[in-house]
Amino acid sequence: MLLGRSANGLYWMARYIERAENMARLVDTGLRLALTQTSASSDEWASVLTSAGVRDLFEQGNDAFDTATVTNFLLRDTANPSSVLSSIDTARMNARMVRTALTRETWESVNEAWMAMHRMLKRRVDEQDLPAVLDAVKRETALIRGAFQGTMLRNEIFDFAQMGTMIERADNTSRILDVKYYVLLPSAAWVGSPLDNIQWQTILRSVSALRSYRWTHEGDFNPANIADYLILNRRMPRSLAFCYRHICDSLDYLADEYGVRQRCNEMADAKFEKLKTAAVSDIFDEGLHEFLSDFIRDNAALGNQIATDFRFY
Amino acid sequence: MTPFDEMRLGGQARDPYEDYQSWFDRQDAKRLKQKAGDAERVFRRTGITFAVYGDQEAAERLIPFDIVPRIISGKEWRRLVQGIEQRVQALNAFLEDIYHRQEILRAGRIPREIISGNEAFLPEMIGVKPPGGVYTHITGVDIVRTGEDDFFVLEDNARTPSGVSYMLENRETMMQLFPELFQQVKVRPVENYPQLLRDSLARVKPELCEGKPTIAVLTPGSFNSAYFEHAFLADQMGVELVEGSDLRVVDGHVAMRTTQGYRRIDVLYRRIDDDYLDPLTFRPDSVLGVPGIMDVYRAGKITIANAPGTGICDDKAIYSYMPEIVEFYTGRKAILPNVPTWRCSEPDSLAYVLEHLDELVVKEVHGSGGYGMLVGPAASKKERAAFAKKLKARPKNYIAQPTLSLSTCPILTSKGLAPRHVDLRPFVLVSDRIRIVPGGLTRVALKKGSLVVNSSQGGGTKDTWVLDD
Repeated sequence: MLLGRSANGLYWMARYIERAENMARLVDTGLRLALTQTSASSDEWASVLTSAGVRDLFEQGNDAFDTATVTNFLLRDTANPSSVLSSIDTARMNARMVRTALTRETWESVNEAWMAMHRMLKRRVDEQDLPAVLDAVKRETALIRGAFQGTMLRNEIFDFAQMGTMIERADNTSRILDVKYYVLLPSAAWVGSPLDNIQWQTILRSVSALRSYRWTHEGDFNPANIADYLILNRRMPRSLAFCYRHICDSLDYLADEYGVRQRCNEMADAKFEKLKTAAVSDIFDEGLHEFLSDFIRDNAALGNQIATDFRFY
Repeated sequence: MTPFDEMRLGGQARDPYEDYQSWFDRQDAKRLKQKAGDAERVFRRTGITFAVYGDQEAAERLIPFDIVPRIISGKEWRRLVQGIEQRVQALNAFLEDIYHRQEILRAGRIPREIISGNEAFLPEMIGVKPPGGVYTHITGVDIVRTGEDDFFVLEDNARTPSGVSYMLENRETMMQLFPELFQQVKVRPVENYPQLLRDSLARVKPELCEGKPTIAVLTPGSFNSAYFEHAFLADQMGVELVEGSDLRVVDGHVAMRTTQGYRRIDVLYRRIDDDYLDPLTFRPDSVLGVPGIMDVYRAGKITIANAPGTGICDDKAIYSYMPEIVEFYTGRKAILPNVPTWRCSEPDSLAYVLEHLDELVVKEVHGSGGYGMLVGPAASKKERAAFAKKLKARPKNYIAQPTLSLSTCPILTSKGLAPRHVDLRPFVLVSDRIRIVPGGLTRVALKKGSLVVNSSQGGGTKDTWVLDD
């Protein structure tokens, strides 16, 4: 038996841990682009902000798209609810609310990550220290993931947290792709240019998939392969298909345990079915941007449906 | 006068501390300091923190923990237990009485107006019989000591006594830090408190409830200063931790919203005040409680622990009558005496108190947590004058007590052991029987000479040992 409020706390705890990590990865990507200087770095930072879904918010309080301002906003600004600091605060607040549902290891890893990030991000981070800080953020979230995966009983508690992780991750991957979709569009003028290659690598890097992509596609950076890899590859842990496989798993377990299949089951199944059967050429025919916009909208709707079906509020 | 030190008497360790002292003498000072640091890290990592109201800076602070245990002999403890049991019995009989026949008022043993004019007295509870007849399921009795055989009750906490999680975590921490010490000194265990609490609550389930009752802990939420304790107890008992927003009345029962719909609750261990319990009956603006829970309660379909209206026992005007109350209901003199108390509502007493402000401790009758009190000897002339004004304006609002020479127990400071004043809060569980785990929360004033042990005022805690002798 699990309180609706606890399910909600678990779900959002997991979403915000995932978000803290994704934010660090995005900053990492932006930083690398700014260093390579093949494009105007302000454009890149603007697109990083768009990927993070916080560009409007940024522009309300800042006007310079330089490295110092943007990284500070993404890492430390508590006015930005998705900054690393805000995310870990929200994650811990939720973890604290549901701490009796977590193993000691999981709770302590969240609490320690919170303490560590507050220590690291107490003051503005010098540009030269950024790589170390970003690594540390990713390490802390990896520790949480390790404690969670390694110690939590696979029951409803696990499932609600896992769905939070996967919905957040799917949202993140699709946003990154959507912001860069113009690079993936086959256009004669762009193909094969050095800029092109860097952009593609950026996308892969921002989802920690550059090396694994090389294993899978032998370094052949082309739009169809990249889209296939990040959308349809079920073995790639940040792809949309992978996320939906796990969401469906969790929802199936819950349906078995509770003895009832609900609207959220149908929605997730339909989405997963589409990801399983689609070919990347179909997606390009439909229009990559349209596909991703639909996906982001449906993914959010699934989150809301889960909240309704399991009485989060 | 030097206060009574519980560890050392005339340059020698007192009996209960003998084994500890000989262990302590063999320890390396540096290692002990290191252990004290380890303890703090353990507390911070596990998130055993509390919030201090009005302290923006440190949203979460640790209650300082001192690694020198406070030790009570088996003999001392047995006497305390007798006194505490008698007192808690009397408290429950008193509550039953004032909410039913009011014999004690008819007998003229206590003045009517301290009941009728008391905010903590709930007219809604008149004629209501709580399941099992129990009012104070959990009581914290604050005890101070001034000499070898001199123990006094300083306060009764019948509303929502807190601190038991520290009793448990302090022991846990001590056992982690000094496992060898527990092999040398036989200390009675306290860790079965959560099981006893659960069992105690189950024993007073509503009469209409068949089978095993569903128990839940009601917290005001994670921003509450004692949230850690609420979560801790729910966890240790293996019951749900609920908030007001999780609960509603469904088909005449209180129920919690789960991922599969509403589930009935039979026993609610609530950690919110009466005022917030039911917006339909008490404060209409409360969002912490459950609309309609009082109707369910009156219908005998839920146990609320502690029962609504028990907070009146925390009132210091009532406290001043406890010797009469104990005698009235148990037919015997109180085994554990009160601290002598002047009621400022009485003109003679008020005059005395005003004249002797520099010797007395003056407290608000409804106050708690060490707020709003004057420690005469420690206050400046100006502070005393300001307090005298308040006292004259609302004498009924205050009681006064002599400044007791509280016993001390050493703490570990950077310069070695140093005596500090302590008090003791044992936790008493009432169901169809009374149970007290051997131990309690020892609070210690960390400032030299200070008599204020409240955690909100810079106090710390110690592990409390009752010896198995």
